Order: sequence, then structure tokens, then C-alpha cells
Amino acid sequence: MVKTLEGSHAIADMIVNCEADVLACYPITPSTHIAEKLQKYYADGKIPEYITVEQEFSAISALAGASATGARTFTTTSSQGVALMHEVLYAVAGMRLPIVMCVANRSLNSPLGIWCDHQDIIPERDSGWIILMCESNQEAVDTLPQAYKLAESLLLPVMVCIDGFYLTHAVEQIDVPSKEIVQKFLPKFKPEFKLDTNNPITLGIYSTPQYLQDFREDLANDVDNAREPIKKTEEEFSKIINRNYGNGLIENYKCDDAERIIIAMSSFCGNVKEAIDELRDKGEKVGLLRIKSYRPFPYKDVQEILKNKKHVGVFDRATTLGGHPPLYTDVLAAIYDSDQKVPISSFIGGLGGKDVTVETAKNIFEDLKENKIKRKFV
Amino acid sequence: MIEIRIHGRGGQGAVTAAELLAIAVGFKGKSSQSFPYFGVERRGAPVQAYCRIDDKPIRVHQNVYTPDYIVVLDPTLIDSIDVCEGLKKEGTVIVNTHLSSEQCKKKLKSKQVGEVYTVDATSIALEKIGKPIVNTAMLGAFVNLVDWVDSQCLEKAVNEFFDDKNMADKNIAAFKGCCEIVKV
Repeated sequence: MVKTLEGSHAIADMIVNCEADVLACYPITPSTHIAEKLQKYYADGKIPEYITVEQEFSAISALAGASATGARTFTTTSSQGVALMHEVLYAVAGMRLPIVMCVANRSLNSPLGIWCDHQDIIPERDSGWIILMCESNQEAVDTLPQAYKLAESLLLPVMVCIDGFYLTHAVEQIDVPSKEIVQKFLPKFKPEFKLDTNNPITLGIYSTPQYLQDFREDLANDVDNAREPIKKTEEEFSKIINRNYGNGLIENYKCDDAERIIIAMSSFCGNVKEAIDELRDKGEKVGLLRIKSYRPFPYKDVQEILKNKKHVGVFDRATTLGGHPPLYTDVLAAIYDSDQKVPISSFIGGLGGKDVTVETAKNIFEDLKENKIKRKFV
Repeated sequence: MIEIRIHGRGGQGAVTAAELLAIAVGFKGKSSQSFPYFGVERRGAPVQAYCRIDDKPIRVHQNVYTPDYIVVLDPTLIDSIDVCEGLKKEGTVIVNTHLSSEQCKKKLKSKQVGEVYTVDATSIALEKIGKPIVNTAMLGAFVNLVDWVDSQCLEKAVNEFFDDKNMADKNIAAFKGCCEIVKV
């Protein structure tokens, strides 16, 4: 049923509908309202276990333990909270624990800011977590059951990311699929191996040089091979709820006949779409390639869509200091691998909550009219 | 698309006012979106909250720069900032103040405004709620100025928002108190 509610609360509702067993969240702006609502649901008896922790390192560590016993787990955090989890995020992926986490994206210090950018997840890019970037609250709510299904079938942890404030604090019409709908799609979590005192096993073991690389190679292959399951899961759930978000990896918005394209992630994409419709009314052939699955990165889809384009602008809401920005680097790598050579410019913007608007998108499209490759902050 | 910007100070309920408006419009079957722009999260600091209303789904997520309506919850804000910045030509301003609309218009930093309405919402909030939290009172004044939302929907929104029935009743009393004063 469509209701007008805050994005954070819709996400909390969905976690209840996904029947998560064990939660551990340490509140940090802008993810706080998700944790707050879930605590209320725990007090109301809608969530079996909510572990009180003193910081984010403990939150994710508690979930590692819970997940290893076969529980369905959830946490949420932002910014410094993600950074504090860093060490454990890598461990969780290596231990193949299917934890689902919602990151409300926010800048990293310093200067200290509480507003949106994507810098907080960039250090976790290589961790082995599947990272799904949502444009809207509706998409985030619809992605969470898919995240559990993917996590538990592939034994990989999944991050569902939403832009801090722009989505977490937006009150809008959202349809949260009911528990019955989710149950039809998401089977109970029954891991083949789990911590059990009757059948003791060891998880998170020490490995000598003889074996460690094999573990990493398996993990790398499994994250790479997650692309098809991500597509299949999106297709399956979209049929149930009658909404879809591209093929699960990317969304192609009016790219087919476009000459100039913006590549971007998350809520800014809604503003880009608005700009595209206005510019198309004036006869300009422009389009948006939205990256939904940041990890694994959809190299093939990017290569396909960028064929015969005149100029592509990659919008990064994060920086790589001393190197090209993260999304830009991935797009460059995708194109280097193909026989197509397309001019690709880099635009960095929206850092620390700097508003990136319909106007910003129009300015980028204007910049792309020139053939010269640009690398700039907007 | 109709855009509303609400100015207040932390603790006056600007964010809640925008949210209540969005919920109320949702009951009318339209699309709505509200969200806050926090400066610093503390009582007394200037706060802005935004609301968008449209017939089709709203996909933009950005601040409101060219509002159709401006609601000012705190009279001292008009002395310190240009609350009317970006207001559309013929846009409407409603201010919580004991001043008349003529007196208020003179005090506004921007001279290019359409209609200016004033209401002493603080007195009504103090009387009905017992605290100078003026958001629901100001919504009562605002609802008479527009045709895309009505009192029934807003009352329903207030009832849905407040878990505490007593609090909801007090807010509805403040809302109705202002409804009766501001008539177009």
C-alpha cells in the first residue's frame, strides 16, 4: 500500500518484512532514523534481537557472530561509522557472511560534515561486499529483499546505499511490499555451514601462504559472477511488484539514440532525468547511464551503451586524492577493454552536501557539447 | 510542480510542518515530497524545510530555490535573512507575527513579493498547546491560501503523526484556531 512516509522509516519497515533476526546498529547521522525506528520495532516485539553496541566496529562484529550462527542480520550506518567498520567489513566478506547493511551515504572527515557524498563507501569498494546504489527510497525498499536473497544464495555481504538526507529524510509516497509478498520471494535463510555447538566448525581461520591466495581468488570470482544473479533477482522481484530499475546492474535512461551521456549513481540521477526530458524537448539527444551495481561493476553494460556516443561525462560524488575519481576510473577501464574509443570527461561534485541540481546536470551536458576532454569540479 | 519553503528556528517544528503538509497532500492522491535542510542541529538555529507537490511522481531530490510559497515560523528571521530569496513572481508569503501584513511587507528584505499574510500564531500556540511551537497553527493559516490541500487532510495527517492523542488534539486546536483567523 502506498503511504506518505520518511525514507528511513520505509527501510525499517522493510527490514521487519524481511524478517531479520538480529540487528546491531550504532546511530550516526544521517542513518539515525533507520536505527531509531528499528529500535522501536524491537521494543514492540517485531524484531527478535537488537544488540546494544557502543560503536560501529562492535555493531558489525556482533553481526558477524550472529550471521555465523545462521541468523538473518542487518545494520545501518554512515560516514565515520563505515570507516570504523572498515577492518571487519573485509573480514565479513572473506568469511562469506551474508550480512545486509544500509549505508546512508555521507562525507568523511575532514572538514567534518553531516551531509551527503559517496566518499564513505569508496574505501570499501574492494572489500568483497556487493554494493547497490539506489536512486530513490522506493528503489531502496524494493532492493532490500533482493539484497538478502543475493547475500544468502551467494554467501556474500550486500550494502544497499542511499543518499543521506536527500533520501533518508525525504517524506514521500512509498509502497513497502508486505511481509506476505516478501515471503513469496525470499526463502528462509538455511546456511549449509553454521556455528553450532553440536557440530563444531571453525570460521575465519588463519591461512598460510599455501592457501590464502586461493581463498581470495575464489572470493574474487564469486563477486565477479554475482552479475548474473543480480540481474535475475531484479527480474524476478520486479515481476512480483510491478516496478523495475533497469537490469539490476544499470539503468539506461534514453541512451539508445543519445549523443551525450552522463554516467552517475544514486539520487542525483533523478535530477539528471529531469534535465534530460527538458533538453530533449528542445531536440537535444542526451541520456543517463545510471550505475546501480557499483560492485560488481557492470563493465559489459557500460561498453554496450557507450558504443558510438560522442561524449560521455562521468559524475563522481567522491574523490580519489592523487588519482582519477573512482567511478571515472571504472568507466575508463571499461572503455579501454573495448574496441570503442569514446571521449570521457570527469565531473566531481556534490561533496559534503553541495547541492547538485537539474541545473548542474544541464551544465554538464553543455560541457559535453565540446569534444575536448575535461576534468573538473562542479 | 508547486514548491514551498518553510523557515523556522530549531525546535519550532518547521521540519514537521513540511512533513505534515506532504502527508496531507498524499491523502489527496497527489505526489508530495518534504525534506529538511539542517544548518546545525540545535534549538534556535535557523532551519529550512521544503515541500514539493505535483500531479505526477516527483523524481528530483534537491533543495527548493524558487518557491511558490514561503512560510515563516519565526518573526525575528525576517530581520536577519532574506526569507523571500528566489520566491516566484506573484509568490505568497505568510509570516507568524503580530504585525499587520502592510507592516510586515515593509520589513521584508526583498521588495518583490506578491501577497503577504500575517497571523499571530505564537499567541494561538501558547493558548492551545501551551508552548510556542507554531507549526500546526501556521499550517492552519496556510491551508486557507491554497486549493490543493484542505483542513480534513491536514487534521488526518496530524492524527497520524502524533502517537499521543492529547498532543494531536492540542495541535488540531491550534490548527483550527488559525484556520478561523486567516480567511482569503
